Formats: sequence, C-alpha cells, structure tokens
Amino acid sequence: MKLYCLSGHPTLPCNVLKFKSTTIMLDCGLDMTSTLNFLPLPLVQSPRLSKLPGWVLKDGSTFLDKELKECSGHVFVDSVPEFCLPETELLDLSTVDVILISNYHCMMALPYITEYTGFTGTVYATEPTVQIGRLLMEELVNSIERVPKAQSASMWKNKEVQRLLPAPLKDAVEVSMWRKCYTMPEVNSALSKIQLVGYSQKIELFGAVQVTPLSSGYALGSSNWIIQSHYEKVSYVSGSSLLTTHPQPMDQASLKNSDVLILTGLTQIPTANPDGMVGEFCSNLAMTVRNGGNVLVPCYPSGVIYDLLECLYQYIDSAGLSNVPFYFISPVANSSLEFSQIFAEWLCHNKQTKVYLPEPPFPHAELIQTNKLKHYPSIHGDFSNDFKQPCVVFTGHPSLRFGDVVHFMELWGKSSLNTVIFTEPDFSYLDALAPYQPLAMKCVYCPIDTRLNFIQVSKLLKEVQPLHVVCPEQYTQPPPAQSHRTDLMVDCQPPAMSYRRAEVLTLPYKRRYEKIEIMPDLADSLVPLEIKPGISLATVSAVLHTKDNKHVLQLPPKPPQPPASKKRKRVSDDVPECKSLKPLLSGSIPVDQFVQTLEKHGCSVGTLLI
Amino acid sequence: MFYWHFTGVLLVSFCCFAGAGQDVGRSCILVSIAGKNVMLDCGMHMGYNDDRRFPDFSYITQNGRLTDFLDCVIISHFHLDHCGALPYFSEMVGYDGPIYMTHPTKAICPILLEDYRKITVDKKGETNFFTSQMIKDCMKKVVAVHLHQTVQVDEELEIKAYYAGHVLGAAMFQIRVGCESVVYTVTAWIDKCRPDLLITESTYATTIRDSKRCRERDFLKKVHETVERGGKVLIPVFALGRAQELCILLETFWERMNLKAPIYFSTGLTEKANHYYKLFITWTNQKIRKTFVQRNMFEFKHIKAFDRAFADNPGPMVVFATPGMLHAGQSLQIFRKWAGNEKNMVIMPGYCVQGTVGHKILSGQRKLEMEGRQIVSWILNFQFPALKIPQNNLWIWSSTWLVVFLLEVKMQVEYMSFSAHADAKGIMQLIRQAEPRNVLLVHGEAKKMEFLKQKIEQEFNVSCFMPANGETTTILTNPCIPVDISLGLLKRETAIGPAPDAKKPKLMHGSLLMKDNSFRLVSPEQALKELGLAEHQLRFTCRVHIQDPRKEHETGLRVYNHLKGILKDYSVQHLPDGSITVESILIQATAHSEDQGTKVLLVSWTYQDEELGSYLTSLLKKGLPQGTP
Repeated sequence: MKLYCLSGHPTLPCNVLKFKSTTIMLDCGLDMTSTLNFLPLPLVQSPRLSKLPGWVLKDGSTFLDKELKECSGHVFVDSVPEFCLPETELLDLSTVDVILISNYHCMMALPYITEYTGFTGTVYATEPTVQIGRLLMEELVNSIERVPKAQSASMWKNKEVQRLLPAPLKDAVEVSMWRKCYTMPEVNSALSKIQLVGYSQKIELFGAVQVTPLSSGYALGSSNWIIQSHYEKVSYVSGSSLLTTHPQPMDQASLKNSDVLILTGLTQIPTANPDGMVGEFCSNLAMTVRNGGNVLVPCYPSGVIYDLLECLYQYIDSAGLSNVPFYFISPVANSSLEFSQIFAEWLCHNKQTKVYLPEPPFPHAELIQTNKLKHYPSIHGDFSNDFKQPCVVFTGHPSLRFGDVVHFMELWGKSSLNTVIFTEPDFSYLDALAPYQPLAMKCVYCPIDTRLNFIQVSKLLKEVQPLHVVCPEQYTQPPPAQSHRTDLMVDCQPPAMSYRRAEVLTLPYKRRYEKIEIMPDLADSLVPLEIKPGISLATVSAVLHTKDNKHVLQLPPKPPQPPASKKRKRVSDDVPECKSLKPLLSGSIPVDQFVQTLEKHGCSVGTLLI
Repeated sequence: MFYWHFTGVLLVSFCCFAGAGQDVGRSCILVSIAGKNVMLDCGMHMGYNDDRRFPDFSYITQNGRLTDFLDCVIISHFHLDHCGALPYFSEMVGYDGPIYMTHPTKAICPILLEDYRKITVDKKGETNFFTSQMIKDCMKKVVAVHLHQTVQVDEELEIKAYYAGHVLGAAMFQIRVGCESVVYTVTAWIDKCRPDLLITESTYATTIRDSKRCRERDFLKKVHETVERGGKVLIPVFALGRAQELCILLETFWERMNLKAPIYFSTGLTEKANHYYKLFITWTNQKIRKTFVQRNMFEFKHIKAFDRAFADNPGPMVVFATPGMLHAGQSLQIFRKWAGNEKNMVIMPGYCVQGTVGHKILSGQRKLEMEGRQIVSWILNFQFPALKIPQNNLWIWSSTWLVVFLLEVKMQVEYMSFSAHADAKGIMQLIRQAEPRNVLLVHGEAKKMEFLKQKIEQEFNVSCFMPANGETTTILTNPCIPVDISLGLLKRETAIGPAPDAKKPKLMHGSLLMKDNSFRLVSPEQALKELGLAEHQLRFTCRVHIQDPRKEHETGLRVYNHLKGILKDYSVQHLPDGSITVESILIQATAHSEDQGTKVLLVSWTYQDEELGSYLTSLLKKGLPQGTP
C-alpha cells in the first residue's frame, strides 16, 4: 500500500493511493495561491495599475520591466494569472483508475488531470459537489476569459532569472509547471467523467476494493471516503467539520476501526473561532454602513456565503440595516442561490424539516423576495442601473486578482469610509491586498474556517482509533509563526506519518487474509473433525476460480466414468487422475491398537521403533 | 460433537397479504429473507370504506408484537395504496421499528395521509381511524434514505434505494442479507444486481403502451379539440405526480398555441404540491432539472387556482381536480355537473380501482347510480315516556341523508395511461437488466398476471410466482459460504497460474479451520502449526522383485523409461545417483543379494501419496515390458 503525494497544500490535497490492484486518486485540489504573485485583472482599464513602474534589477538591467511591475515595494508578474498544479511526474497519471472527490474546493484541478494526462478512469463525487464545483469552475473561467490580456510572461520563470528576483517570487516552487486556466469545453469534458454517488453508497472497484463516501459536515455534499477491502480499511478524511452550519453533520462512527487514516483539510486558521468571526463580521459591516461607507466581501459564490446571508437575515432588522442593499455579484450568483435550495437531502436536520413543510431551506429566498438581496451576473448591465450606495457587495475572487472584486477594490480603495472584510481563509489577506497598496479603505480580517481544529482532531482520533495516521507535514509541527503553540499540531500515538509534495510513502500495513467463497455443493462435501474443543478442521481440495478479483472454490469435477462395458485395455487408463489429498497426520498414535491390527492381518511384529 | 451447519437451505418466503397479491388496490408484502422479516409497503384500499381498506396485520404474527417480528418496513412511494395504512399499522396496531422511505416520500406522505384523514373523519364522519397526532408520531419513526445509500438496518440486513421515477421520490429497494437478495420495484431501471428474487408490480401487465411522446401528443390533441368546440375538460388527478407533468405539458402547449381558455388546478394540496416539486427538483427528470435555474418548470403562468364557482362558468376550460379515480371530492363534484353535456370530456390519466366511478365509466358504463347528500332536519316533538325524555322538549335533529339518483354520462370519456407503472414491455426489460433468479408478480389482475407469468417463464427461463392474498410463496436459495483465505495460500495458488488443460483443473489444497463463527482457509502446514500439532510422517516402503539380469543402473533406466511412457502427466525424474522419482515417490533399484538375475525395486511413498504409491507398486509388480530399453 503506497501513497503518492502530489500536492503540498494541506487543504487542497491531491494524493494517489495504490491499494491492492487499484490506483485511486484522492482529490485534486488546485493551489491558487500562486495567483497572488500576479497583478490583478481589472475589468475596466485601471490607470493606476497600468502606470506601475517596471521592475529593475539591482544592476540596473531592465529586460524584465515588461513582465514584472513594482507596487509599494512588492513585485508582481504582469500576466494572465497561473495556477500551481499537482505533481504530474511522480507517477503515470494515466494509470489512475478512479478519482474520489471530497468537496467542491478540492476538485478545481480536475480538468488538468482528466484532459492532459491520458486519464481514462471514472471520477466519483456527490451531486452537490459536482453542481457547485461546476459553478466555481465556471466563475473562474469566466472571470479570467472576459479580460483578454495580451501578455503572457515567461521570461521570469527561467531558473537563472528567478534566482535574481525578490521574495516571494524567488522562492515560488515549480514555476515551470504553473499553468493558465482551463477553458469551458475542458471543464465540461472533465465533469462528464464524473459519476454521481450518494452518502453511504458502496461502490465496487474491480471487485477488489470498495469505496464509500460519508458525510463530512463541511459543505453541501462534502464527503470523507472509506476505501476498504474485506480486511483493510483506509479512511480518507478531508475537509470535515463538527460545527452545525447548513450541511449534513459529519459521520464519525463509520470511520472507526481504520487501519490507516489519511487526515487532510484541517482549519487554516486554528486560532480563530468561526462563531466569533461571524459576530465580528456583522458588527464591522454594520458600523461601516452606518457611517455611510460601503462593505466589500470577497468570497466564493457558494459555501460560507449561505451562512453569512442567514446571519444577516436575522441581524439586519435589529441592526437597522433594512434599507441597505446587499448585492451578490457573480456569473453564477443566481445558480448558486437556486441550487442551494434544492439539495434538501444534503442539508442539516433543521433545514430538511423546513423543506418538508414545504419551505425553502435557506432564508436567502426571502431576502431575494423582499428585494433586500439582489444578484447580478456582473457589474455590467442591470447592476449599474440599480447600484445604490452605501451598500454591501459579495463578490469574487477572494484572491483579489480577478473577478468583479478587482473593480470594487479600485473603486472603493481610496476612501477610509469603506471596508473590505475577508472571510475566506484560503489567501493571506495582506498578500491579497499588496497590489492595491497604498490603501485608505479599512481592512478587517474575519476568516471563517469551519474545518476541524486540532482539539477536535485529537478528540476524533481518540474516538475512531485508527492504527496509523498519515497527514501533511504542516500538521506535525506547530505553525511557523507560532512555534511555541505545540497544541496546534496533530497529536496521536503512534505519531502521525507525515508527507510533503512529491513524496511517496509506504503505508505500514500488511494484508494477511482474503475473502473466498465456498460453493454450496463443495461445502456439503466437506468433513470437519473436531480437533480441539470448539475448533474443527476440514481438509479442502477444490478448484480455485478467480474472476474480477473474486475468488470462488468449487467442487472438483468428477472424473468421467469409463464405460462399464469396455474392459480397460491399457495400463495408462488406470493412472490416478489427480492427487486426492489426505489430511496431514497428527495426534497420538494408539500403539497397541496398531500392533493388534497388524497382527490380525498376519504380520508379526517384532520391535516397534517409536 | 461438531455440528456442520454450513449448507442449510435458506428460505425466502413471501406472504402477500391484503391486496398486494392478485388485486390492484393496496400493497403490503412481507418478505422473510435469511431470517430477517421485512414489510414492503403498507397500503390502503381506496375501494373500501370498512375494515377491508387496511391490511390484516394479524397475518404477520398472531401473538407477539409486530416490532419484535419485523426488522424494518420499507415504503416505495407516497401513493396511498402504498403508504395509506402506515399510521394505522404503527400507531393503532403498534410498531416501533424503523420505517424507511426517501426524502420526498417522507415529506409528502404525511400531507396525503392528513388529507385523506380529513375526508374520512371530518367529512364522512367515520370513527376508528387514525388521528393527526398518530400521523405525526408515525412519521417520527421514519428514516429518510438517499438514493444508492446502503443502509445497514442491522449487522446483517442492508437495504439500498434505486431511482424509480414513478412519482416524485419513488424508489425501488434492494434488500440483502449475506449473498441473498430481493429487489422490490414499482417500475423502471436497475443495474445488473442478480437478486434471488425480483418483486414487481404488474398493474399494466398486458398493456404495451405507445411511446410516451405519442401519448402526450394524443392527450394535447384531445384537450385542444374539446376546448376549440367550447367544451370543458376534466382531468381527475392525484395531487402529486402525474398532475405536475401534465401541467407542464399543457402550460407549454398553451404558450405555443397562444390559447386563451383558462386552465385551473383545484386548490388545496396543489400549490403545496408544486412547491414540493420545486424543492425536490433533483428527483424529477433530467430535462426539468437542467433548466431549473433559468426557468422553474413548476411556476405556471397559464394555470390558476380553481374555485368551486368556476365549474358553472360558461365557455371552455380545463380543470385538474383531485382525486384521480373520481371516487370522492372535487373531481367527482365537477364530473356530476359536466357529465350531462356531450361537448365536455373527462380524461382519466391513470388506473382506476374497481368500485370507483372512474372504473365504472372506463368500463363503458354510462348510467351511474350516484349517492347524493341532503341535509334533512327533523323537529322532534314527540313524547317518549319510555326513554325518559323530558316532556314538551323540542328536539331538533339534523342528519345527512343519502339520496340515490341516476346520472347519465353524455360527456366523452377518454383513458390515457400516463401512469408510470411498468407495462409488460417495461417489466420484461427490467428482468433482462436485473437478471433475477426468480420473479414474483404483485399488484395486478389475475388474468393479466397469468399471461405475463407465462411470457416471463418462456423468455427468461426463471420461475415466476403470483401469490394470491394471504398466500405464502417459498423460494429456495443456495447461498455460498464466504470464508477467509490466508493470502499466502492464495498467492501460492495464483502464482502457479491456471491449469494448462481446462479439462483437468488444478486442485487447491487447504485446511479449513473453524472456530466459533469464523472460518479460515489456510495451508495444511499452517493449520497444524496454529493448532500446535506436530505432523507425523507416515511412510510406506515396499520391495518389488523383478527379473532383470542387467546391471542395477540399467534396470533403473528401464524402470524410468517405462514409467515415463505411462505417467505422462506426472513429473518422472531420473536422479544422478540412479534413483527415480515420480512426484515425491522414490524408487531405487538394487541387486538381489542372492540372485543376480533378480533386482529389488525399493518403492517408498508418504501417506499423502498413497494412491499413486500403491498404483506404482502394482504397476511394477507386473514387471517391465519386453521392449523397454
């Protein structure tokens, strides 16, 4: 059993498990933090961005000034943003049989894998994962494609050149592997390879392995996976949450008795309490709006936004914000809001009960009905007519490098009345803001990450008792910025095995048994003997049939009876057909009885050597 | 003494009772599979108003609680003939175990039950019926399942739901215990799961319907013609299911043809029903769910809520009214009003149970005896000394009186089978896909079922059963026994590869260790080791005298050549020291101490090779043939 680790990002994992005769890819997350090294893509020509000075090397050479621009002491690549793909060289990805997706954030690299590596297998994911994953991809493709950027910088990627660049560009890994965004046809083709699955559905892979998705409690349709044969059980825990937000609660019981538990996707902000952050979010929002400022919330079009809207639904009237317009701008805003209402089965109990009434499970339906929340595909069109300030805008992308959010940063950045509130934990907010500096706008950091924290992890591990834990190396040591916080790491016995990008782990597990079926007629013919009290033994001689990794023992075929009329002509007819097995001999020998029997048959027994 | 209990014959026995058998009306089937008892559906008969409407649960167990006897209850979809008796069963007869159904069924089922309860208790004034609270308590026992989710009812019993597409939330269920399984379905598609038994409904057993598209076109044409000539169209439907699809059909047709005649949908349940469809849109067909963001198919522009008074409005109109079999309620009221006019039309889009008005008109009856209600008030002003009623007391006594009158049906009656129950073709298709070892037909009419049974037995060569109500069908299964094989033994066997000759398959030898309930197949050596037993070597040695004046090694060579010629499938070897081996049997030729013309062949074999050893000695005793070099 081997684990190939293709991604170094602990919350955007991509691992390949070789288990029995199958090759299973676990998630294919796309590391988008690489985009932070690029200049934002403005929807409308931005004089500020276009006037940024080119970067000049220390020795005064300017050959990179077309590719690299400087802004407030940081250097950015002036090019279409690129993403850091999972390793594609560590093993031949065309040998991957299946890909298991745990949640919609962890499938963003799917088109790169399915369209470029010769992959011919099947992808398994739940319906909400696929639908919302599609929305995220659509938004991504849309926000990059609608801003045609002529330039595609590549000179800086030259190893000799990269060495000379300032951090963080200097330290960026595998820049030669960075790729531009995929296209919609590629997304469609990739998604067409997905087969939909439901929670607790047992899926057979080639008869050798069974995989089962379990609710992980983190997002709509998010799942952990059990990969098991009759004797081995590997649990893949990725992006799980024990908080009660909108998704169905996490199924912990089914993770018990695992031989190996692969643990990824823990909270990225272990020190922040999501509930507290939501409170802070609301109060900051209210304060800004009361002072006549606008609030910008860079976010993904699905996920935490549903919870934020629900909080606001309860909060706005009491906070006197009933007249403040809320705008949700994304090419997929409408779809996301609509889709959230139709996945009743994937929701927590409270929301399910509402559907039974029947009422829409999320209160944003009412916000839309009462015109408090309006959604638009982009800032162009209807939005420009309806736009009223002060207001609250939810829009993407949280990296602040592309999408409608770039426009609002440019528009509102100069006024200290306005506030940008970061709720998504995937990007460092300081890095995200760097190309907009100097900035007058207030910045509030309220990261809401509902995934497991280390206290919950150690509780979970105590409860499910896996024999071995495997996790990214980041989880086996305290965060670099808080090296004294030894509580912020995975603590278990035996210590967790850790992996890093491009590493191959051999998982410590040895199989000893396999399942085989004995056909009824064979079972009938067996003669068990009780050897010891409660233990019986039967000698089996049978024909082994193996098909699709399933083994069956059958009664050996009877030798064809020679026709009774014919006398045997040749000696060779009489050769015993096949060895009929005698049981191994053991136990005590009844000597006297043996001697008597021999004498009865006319043998005189002299000395018996025992 | 050790009891060998590997190969007992396991039974799958069926007790169809209360209408699920050869009768369309209500479904309720009891399945016993490998010691587990599962009840499939808990339906109610719409044609009866007395005790017969509920299944007789004393069939299941006469003494003892149902909860102890049944491991679980499964409901396939929300139609009352499949779930209508549920509160009676769980709350009045008493059952506290799990009840499984899909999410939409769980959502809609209580609404229909409550609606039915209102009609029965509040309008008809019946007692001895379940209450609202009972419906609520009953629904608390329901566990909602996802499609394809494998639900572990207990350690051995697992159930799995498949999409059935019959009505919103309809599912078929696979019930599995070990390697035995049963599939229960009302329609549609399933994967090749090769169950021991497939239970399928056969409502439309002999009908082979036109394509759905043809039927839809036909339906639209009929509605259009009637409206064009100024007639009124009544479409009796059940609130949920077919109704929504027909609404979508008419809505788009009206839009396309720019028609102005009003379409009404009788109120009450229906708005709610449409709402359910909106929220559970993932359970509808692909086309509807793909476009739902742009346009929710269940928000209708042309279809408006119906008011009782509209029925008397002049001019054409189309009305969807409940219930679907014209046995009560609004659809029946409208029918009475419109039946007399030949310009009007009633379209029955589904099956009607015997005894209902729907069934009567579909079977051609045009003169119907109808029961009318009249409220008659009597003023009692009599003196009944015997009853001790106080004197001169004025009693006002109101009661509802049934008046029978004759209704002549002049309107056109059309039947369009839109119901998604499988037809004969569908059932055959289903059997082809699932490859069951046995088929059991339920929920159909005896004659039609007989026809289908013959067809199934002919075409697929599987046994087909059609039990009557209360009858138990027993089906023998032949389960395999799963055991654990040590990987060492398995790898040793598979490493050798398949036998070169298919006619002489290779034998695998192992020891089956049985301890408590665990069965492990290991190599004989390992078995002895685990049991802490020493292995005895039993060796047989035999001297065979043969006449051969040649030298010892020449005799040896002759023996070798002789054996090699006969034992073609065995490994016969001539070792450098002159001895010969056949498999593990050793043969040595030595000169006789006294007689140089006689050679002694020493044959030695172990107990394991007893057959081959004794064969060889008897072979050698015959001597070497003359020609042997």
